[in-house]
Amino acid sequence: MDNHTLALTAARARLLGLEMVYGAASGHLGGSFSAMDVLTLLYQEEMRVDPAAPRDPGRDRFVLSKGHCTPALYPTLALRGFFPVEELGQFRSIDGHMSGHAEMHHVKGVDMSTGSLGQGISAAVGMALAGKLDGKDYRVYALLGDGELEEGQVWEAAMAAAKYELDNLCAVVDVNGLQIDGKTSDVMPTEPLDRKFESFGWHVVKCGGHDFDSIRAAFAQARANQGAPTVILAATVKGKGVSFMENNAGWHGKAPNAEQYQQARAELEARIGELEVQ
Amino acid sequence: MEKIATRAAYGQALAELGEQYPDLVVLDADLSGSTMTKAFAEKFPQRFFDMGIAEANMTGVAAGLAACGKMPFVNSFAMFSAGRAWEQVRNSIAYPRLNVKVIGSHGGLSVGEDGATHQCIEDYAIMRAIPGMVVLSPCDGPEMRLAVKALLDYEGPAYMRLGRLAVESVTDEVEGYRFELGKGVQLRPGTDVTVVATGMMVQEAVKASDLLKAEGLSVRVIDMHTIKPIDKDILVQAAAETGAIVTVEEANVLGGLGGAVCEVVSQHHPVPVIRHGVKDEFGRSGEAKAVLAAYGLTAQDIARTARHAVEKKKGPKA
Repeated sequence: MDNHTLALTAARARLLGLEMVYGAASGHLGGSFSAMDVLTLLYQEEMRVDPAAPRDPGRDRFVLSKGHCTPALYPTLALRGFFPVEELGQFRSIDGHMSGHAEMHHVKGVDMSTGSLGQGISAAVGMALAGKLDGKDYRVYALLGDGELEEGQVWEAAMAAAKYELDNLCAVVDVNGLQIDGKTSDVMPTEPLDRKFESFGWHVVKCGGHDFDSIRAAFAQARANQGAPTVILAATVKGKGVSFMENNAGWHGKAPNAEQYQQARAELEARIGELEVQ
Repeated sequence: MEKIATRAAYGQALAELGEQYPDLVVLDADLSGSTMTKAFAEKFPQRFFDMGIAEANMTGVAAGLAACGKMPFVNSFAMFSAGRAWEQVRNSIAYPRLNVKVIGSHGGLSVGEDGATHQCIEDYAIMRAIPGMVVLSPCDGPEMRLAVKALLDYEGPAYMRLGRLAVESVTDEVEGYRFELGKGVQLRPGTDVTVVATGMMVQEAVKASDLLKAEGLSVRVIDMHTIKPIDKDILVQAAAETGAIVTVEEANVLGGLGGAVCEVVSQHHPVPVIRHGVKDEFGRSGEAKAVLAAYGLTAQDIARTARHAVEKKKGPKA
């Protein structure tokens, strides 16, 4: 897919995410918007998935280890054709099954239920291990937050993935530098991530998380890597796409009020408009 | 009579059934010699994964394997598989209803010398509290082998406790014994009081029944190998026919077998229930039998509680 179409799809996904969170009066926009470009390219271009056969045993898998970022994942799945965008209106509602955190049994296209940080990456390791065991060629992708890396389980999983030489596993860390209580470097420093993952036996690739050429090249590098899992450290901006949400930890898990919603919508619609006329 | 630890019977069963169940995979956390998964590991090295001393990750990896059609059994001491990784069991296995069997070896006080940090007396309660979780605690070798087979044929999350000590078989001589998930088994008939026991307390309950028989008391013994879902019918019948129940478990008396029995009896056929087990305190180091004795988990102690239950059902003295 060309970069222009990817940008347009990601912009539309952000608007859908905004509508979801505003409609539900709760949800996580900051980390969803930082991850939106990576997720868009992943589902539109990188992963081998078929919305008509969401349980195909040969499909690539994706685990949203930062499971709260459903305002990124659900719109991405809807725009990829897994379910109608109208269903996003049920987000966090008792009347539907669009759970606040990723849920695998009711939301088509979701491969693993997640939400408790640090656990999704282990499940992704298990999926990759099963692929190796069965001699299948599917790949497994996992998306983690940089704050999530404070969970010790992530590093348990990192050891295991290296031990079993899971080169069919690609983790992406959405390095937006912020978590609920503030800067990751203040709350609990996780850097240097490259040296940490390297020392755990992983291939490390860095990319700009809002630059499609850079993201594409990173996934290509991950696929070429042999004998060990790959982690892509994607440099991103929390809240990307809405001026007052960008680089603001306060927008981790807060719904906008009516005024903020109008402004955010106007900005995202303007962006979509710009891309549509190009 | 066979004398074997349930963990040893478990290890044999896994290795034996590995052929028949090609999707069975076994994960351990650096304890395969103790949890007895070693036999499976030697026979099926491709399907055995030593995940190191990292139970949280092991549990999540099992979830991922199950999501791809494998049938993982994850193994560690009960303290760690049920305790340390509890939230992983809840959120990565039980909530998505993945087909993972969580095994807790060396459950209860009978891990002995290792002391309180390794004596898991909460596993029944904490695993039972998770929605949809099946909880098993077979009492002897033959029952354990049947339980492993039953778990392989059951699709969904389950927890099973294994014991460290070699125990005598008590189920193999019982006529008409058959193992069914969710069904308790009557091992001794009786009319004065019913003792409902699980795990290696079943053997002590049977001994208690024999002791009391000599005193003229008729004590029914039920082997409750499945703590969840609990067998309501056998409990209601026991309450109706014997009028009093004693529950016995090598676990805290809060929330485990005793709790499960009380929940059924109080709602469907209220009679006195006395919960015999560890009285809300930590264990301590000692030779296993000595620890069990120190905490009142012997046939003599159970007999005393059963006598008390018989007294209690007569009601307050006029």
